[in-house]
Amino acid sequence: MKFNEVGNRLYTGETSVDFVGKRKLWYVISLIIIAVAAFGLFGRGLNLGIEFEGGAKFNVPSTVSVEDARNIVKAAGVQTSVIIAVGNERLEIQIPPLEQTEIESFTSKIAADFKVDPASITTQSVGPSWGADITRQALIGLGVFILLVILFLTVYFELRMAAAAIVALLHDLLITIGVYAITGFEVTPATVIGILTILGYSLYDTVVVFDKVKENTRGIIAQSRLNYRESANLALNQTLIRSINTSIVALLPVAAILIVGVGILQAGTLKDLALALFVGIAAGTYSSIFIATPFLVQLKERQPDIQALSRRVHARRVNAGTDGPEAMKISGDAGLANQVLPAGPRTQPKRFTRSKRKKS
Amino acid sequence: MSAANRARPGRSLILLLLVLVSTILWTYWPGASHEARLGLDLRGGTQVILTPELAPGTEGVLTQDQINQTVEIIRQRVNGFGVAEAEVTVQGSGANAAIVVTVPGVNPEGITNLLKQTARLDFRAVLAAGSGIEIANPSPSPSATPAPQPSELPVQAATSEELYDQYLSLNCLTPGLLQGGRADDPTKYMLTCSKDGFEKLVLAPAFITGDQVSDSQATLPQQGAGGWMVTLDFDSQGATKLSEASINLSKLPSPQNRFGIVLDGLVVSAPFFSEPILGGKAQIEGSFKAEEAKQLAQVLRYGALPVTLNIAESTSISPTLGQDQLSAGLLAGAIGLALVAIYLLIYYRALGFVAVFSLVLAAGFLWLLIIGLGRSIGFTLTLAGIAGAIVAIGITADSFVVYFERIRDEIRDGKTLRVATELGWTRARRTLLAADFVSLLAAIVLYALSVGSVRGFAFTLGLTTLIDVLVAFWFTHPLVTYFGKSKWADNGGILTGVSRKRLTAGSTILTGSDK
Repeated sequence: MKFNEVGNRLYTGETSVDFVGKRKLWYVISLIIIAVAAFGLFGRGLNLGIEFEGGAKFNVPSTVSVEDARNIVKAAGVQTSVIIAVGNERLEIQIPPLEQTEIESFTSKIAADFKVDPASITTQSVGPSWGADITRQALIGLGVFILLVILFLTVYFELRMAAAAIVALLHDLLITIGVYAITGFEVTPATVIGILTILGYSLYDTVVVFDKVKENTRGIIAQSRLNYRESANLALNQTLIRSINTSIVALLPVAAILIVGVGILQAGTLKDLALALFVGIAAGTYSSIFIATPFLVQLKERQPDIQALSRRVHARRVNAGTDGPEAMKISGDAGLANQVLPAGPRTQPKRFTRSKRKKS
Repeated sequence: MSAANRARPGRSLILLLLVLVSTILWTYWPGASHEARLGLDLRGGTQVILTPELAPGTEGVLTQDQINQTVEIIRQRVNGFGVAEAEVTVQGSGANAAIVVTVPGVNPEGITNLLKQTARLDFRAVLAAGSGIEIANPSPSPSATPAPQPSELPVQAATSEELYDQYLSLNCLTPGLLQGGRADDPTKYMLTCSKDGFEKLVLAPAFITGDQVSDSQATLPQQGAGGWMVTLDFDSQGATKLSEASINLSKLPSPQNRFGIVLDGLVVSAPFFSEPILGGKAQIEGSFKAEEAKQLAQVLRYGALPVTLNIAESTSISPTLGQDQLSAGLLAGAIGLALVAIYLLIYYRALGFVAVFSLVLAAGFLWLLIIGLGRSIGFTLTLAGIAGAIVAIGITADSFVVYFERIRDEIRDGKTLRVATELGWTRARRTLLAADFVSLLAAIVLYALSVGSVRGFAFTLGLTTLIDVLVAFWFTHPLVTYFGKSKWADNGGILTGVSRKRLTAGSTILTGSDK
């Protein structure tokens, strides 16, 4: 079947993926990923850049081998160093914190040994307490942001949707941070920026999906043909193509940053940022479909009126002798306006609900 | 659905054109700079981030007043350092304040020591004073070579005699001499200049140190005569010393009846004692303007709690690397834009064209604002900012995807194209505003609570979010409305991206025929 046909069938519900019903499966998948992430985080820990730990970093335009470079650094009086070749033309040297005056003399010493102009050496030196400050500020920022978002989403949607959105957000953050812990990629301020962007993006994605859920479930209590779970799942399927498209469109520029960051600059802000974004956007798309909405349904189904609705829908179906939702057959007069389809009868109930009924 | 929107897409387009033209005029106003202000990582240079802290042994909290005074002191030092385009800015406030100093060049010699030095405030008796230029030696001894002009101020010595030769040859207007920030020992004699360079002075060891000043205010006397003045309150120790000094000095002839108020090695004011001052309250009168009096009072208050500066971070980037990063950033932006454009064109066809135009327009707006805001509020474009803009391409394009998918949903529901474009917009608009609001919230929180590169990123993100809303409402939507009215699009050809046939294919429920 063609892609556009899939989109059309998803919209009507003729083709439907049971995202909500299989939630245990998604939860387990996510829990496994998060467990691995947590294992990495508490086991290996994050490879924090000098911006967080304090230290000095030098970028030297030199083709000298890493081994020779280490000797040059030792000769300049610094015993411990991390040296990375960045492409063929640059070396990155990281050393523990030095006094500012020592930085200047160290730079001129190694400039002479590498036979380069001291002015061509890029240096960065960070005091240890500053990094702690930045981290603290970022965490405060995160806390304030989450509070404000809960407030906004509660006003715009409702408290349960806000809670589900935040759960999805934390899910994405954990996975992204976990990827950094496991791969051992260096965490720099650019990484933090990337992660903070994911906050916005993950929520953007969730807001788009929840908006459709909200629309589909408006006035749901007043009818007894569809329960909340089915309605939410239909919304997910209807926004599936959109979610895929927005993710592709968001990932394309990030891919461009990654290509240029890795291919041309080989290090620095662009690479650090793009990596965090790539992982985060992918996780964000996944969570808005597989985690946020199923979790929302779980929360909603604790509500007495939604439970009553489910019972009514069930009773109605038993009475009518049908064994599945009949949403597509009827013209909705219960506020489910945009599901009203002008078209002909469907004789076959959908497969997924039948199997589900057998289970329950 | 708003009737006005449906009826008058032309009005939105005209509004947008007005906004665009005025932005262009504002940005390219003749005589102003038309270049984007580039950050350190894009043009090379040295940046030092300093965190102010109360000097050890002093109690209290750092006030905004003091941070401002510290910035003033650093500005004086950096400007005196003789580098063009140096910048001193404050980020954050209170305990989280960070002072960011940016100078061109890679690790200029001695810059960090210059910045780190704690500034002292002292009161010193004047021994000699003269015009700030070189004075011919009244009795040149044939053998003696003229004393060299000091290269740094202040010059300090154990006796005043040692300073006299240099006093004669000193020219306070020599570039780079008035930077302050050198070691300042209150127990030694000192040769220095006034802050404006018009006077040079030899000063005795300090008789009052800054921490003995308990308060200072700029006031306008009740009688109204004599203009602004600065009042001074001293603690008990300071009061005793003040009365001693004023009794002794007020008897002497000028300039020995004067005392210098020395901040950071330079004399900010050198009033004379007109009479003995007992009781620890003094006032400095003179032909002060309001601003001058307030500045002097601020200086005097600063002395009570001197500020130590810690170097939190220093970064030096060579201009070549800066240039490389700039071109890489722009290249990434171009590739990102191209990839998104191709995808939108393939998937949405004619609608995709509208989206690509909108993206290009948004990018144009962003560029204009980066230049304009660089000039008006000092916004600097950093690599993180460029990355923010590139990420925003995706987020802006997402709004179009949300909108277009809504239109297609409406067509699937059997609406005519014209109705679908409007209904789709009404539904998509809410989603867009909600999602953009969350993005804006993220940008504002990040901007307010962070320092350094995160800020530049947050600013760009916030800016692009606003541009996204502007372009979607005043450009994309009107254009799509025109598109919806066109006969060609309504015929639903395969190139329109809204072909009813394609949007109902494969479904037994959706029917392509009925309209």
